[in-house]
Amino acid sequence: MPLLHIDNLHLAMRSYDGEAHVLNGVQLQVDKGEIWGLAGETGCGKSVTGLSVSRLVNTPPARYMQGRILFDGQDVLTLDERAMRRLRGRAISMIFQDPSTNLNPVLRVGEQIADVAFEIGRHAPQVLGLGPQTGLGERRRAAERLGVEMLERVGIPDAARRAHDYPHQFSGGMRQRVLIAMALVGQPRLLIADEPTTALDVTLQAQILRLLSDLVKRSDTAVLMITHNLGVVAQICSHVAVMYAGHVVESGRTREVLQSPRHPYTRALLAALPRPGLQRGQLANLAGRVPDLIHPPPGCRFAPRCARATAACTVATPPSVAVSDQHQVACVHLDEVPA
Amino acid sequence: MMTTLPLDTAELAQGASRARRDAWRRAFYRMRQSSLSIVGLVLVLLLLLVAAAGNSMAPFPDHITGSIDTAMRFKPPSWSNWMGTNELGQDVFSLVLGGARISLFAGLAVVLLAAAVGTIVGAFAGYLGGWTDEVLMRLADLKLTLPGLILAMAVAAALGAGTLNMVIAISLGWWPGFARLVRGEVLSRREEVYVLAARALGAGPVRILWRHILPNIVSPVIVKMSLDVGFAVLTVASLGFVGIGVKPPTPEWGQMLSTARGFLPDYWWTAIFPGAAIFLAVLSFNLLGDGLRDVLDPKSRR
Repeated sequence: MPLLHIDNLHLAMRSYDGEAHVLNGVQLQVDKGEIWGLAGETGCGKSVTGLSVSRLVNTPPARYMQGRILFDGQDVLTLDERAMRRLRGRAISMIFQDPSTNLNPVLRVGEQIADVAFEIGRHAPQVLGLGPQTGLGERRRAAERLGVEMLERVGIPDAARRAHDYPHQFSGGMRQRVLIAMALVGQPRLLIADEPTTALDVTLQAQILRLLSDLVKRSDTAVLMITHNLGVVAQICSHVAVMYAGHVVESGRTREVLQSPRHPYTRALLAALPRPGLQRGQLANLAGRVPDLIHPPPGCRFAPRCARATAACTVATPPSVAVSDQHQVACVHLDEVPA
Repeated sequence: MMTTLPLDTAELAQGASRARRDAWRRAFYRMRQSSLSIVGLVLVLLLLLVAAAGNSMAPFPDHITGSIDTAMRFKPPSWSNWMGTNELGQDVFSLVLGGARISLFAGLAVVLLAAAVGTIVGAFAGYLGGWTDEVLMRLADLKLTLPGLILAMAVAAALGAGTLNMVIAISLGWWPGFARLVRGEVLSRREEVYVLAARALGAGPVRILWRHILPNIVSPVIVKMSLDVGFAVLTVASLGFVGIGVKPPTPEWGQMLSTARGFLPDYWWTAIFPGAAIFLAVLSFNLLGDGLRDVLDPKSRR
């Protein structure tokens, strides 16, 4: 049984112009220890997919129409808020994009991380190194100790003193480290990282990614890394799923997908990567634009922008086909696309 | 994987207290930029001192507790009676000092009670939204449709005389203002990314409100509180003026003014001085409130 199994997830979002079909049968399986990259352009539904796993999408305006999100065999879409709260931070953790807005500006960093640890200690005192039936004061002290220890582990120098500083006293990279410490303090089994390095400069990106992959490898934590940057995927992800307009069009081991992509969209994405040595005007771009999700095109949603599209593409959403072990592609024209 | 780290708690506490001292120093510096707000601060402190110790500062403390001196009726201001004497021969200066206690403490109590209730109501209405919001805020609207003074008079009359009843009566009409203010602030704060991030790591609504949202919105609440104390003092005086609230012999500015009205213009001092006391109290809390707004609200800072 996979740790996380997103099975045919359909989600619609109410808006003034009508209902937008944001997720259209998302299919994804994550096993423990795997680092998945969920890649795609803005608006393809990758963040909503991540937020759905933690049930942080507001309903309404969103509405789950079909599908299941099985975490450890249990459908999180059927859990109530109280049960969900127990999972968050403890079983499923999240990191968001911009570290400057993720921390509360008026609370000391040490208090924020201790708050998370304290809450987790309510149901899982062993995380704090405590037995059951421990007093609140002792639990708080243990949470503060663990918080400082986590800050140390993510490489905050002089952590015991820095715990008393406010977020604005940290640099962007240090703040992202703090967020990683907060997300991992409950020893989660799944970490959802929504563009964790997008707001950082490139040298810091590499540092943070290395830190993140070191930490999760040691604890066998699975990661769902949401990103629009295939460089990030190539750097730390063991697997990748490429999304387009609410649908996973291609997924598999990172090396295989990036080296021999089979879906025309994946190929277009890779062709659009800037490389050193390109002359001005040589960077490929993808004609057309992201489809209207309120009135999506029939059949394959990528068809209107696809060079290979034929009448067959507009009949129905193409099913995912395994082209090799774990490598799945949702395209009608697989036979014609050389491997 | 659990290890205990030795923490230098003394060093930590020192750092924290230094940060706190710096914050106070900065706040005081900003406040000093406007001399009027310092005047407000000094006046408020003075008023509080009088309210706390007025009885022992008064030249005729027994007049505050109700003794009269018929031989001394309606004496104009003089060296022995700075503000003259009233129709019962009581020293007006002593009564004004003694009246500060009721007026200020009732004013403060009203605002504290209203702010507490209003903040709780507004916070839950704003954060939970939906029908909770609908029910609580319609209740607040209902209160706002009634003129505050009329409501307070009706409730005070129903509950009977007494300082506590008067405070409850006024607060009952006062909390919706705080509820609306807090609800609006919470509505904008609940969309902050750090609130989503806290929820993603398992925080429930109470912790989010208490730890993440309220500390971010205390400033406007404090400013409104300090501005409102003045108006609460005025309302207390108004109730005293119409004869509801504190009963004689306990001196109260509004009630003194009401009695003195019958002796105008001949014995003007019996009305002018309690009136000036009300004026001074309202003015000083307003000055302080404006000063606090400059200190606490970064948007209005020049």
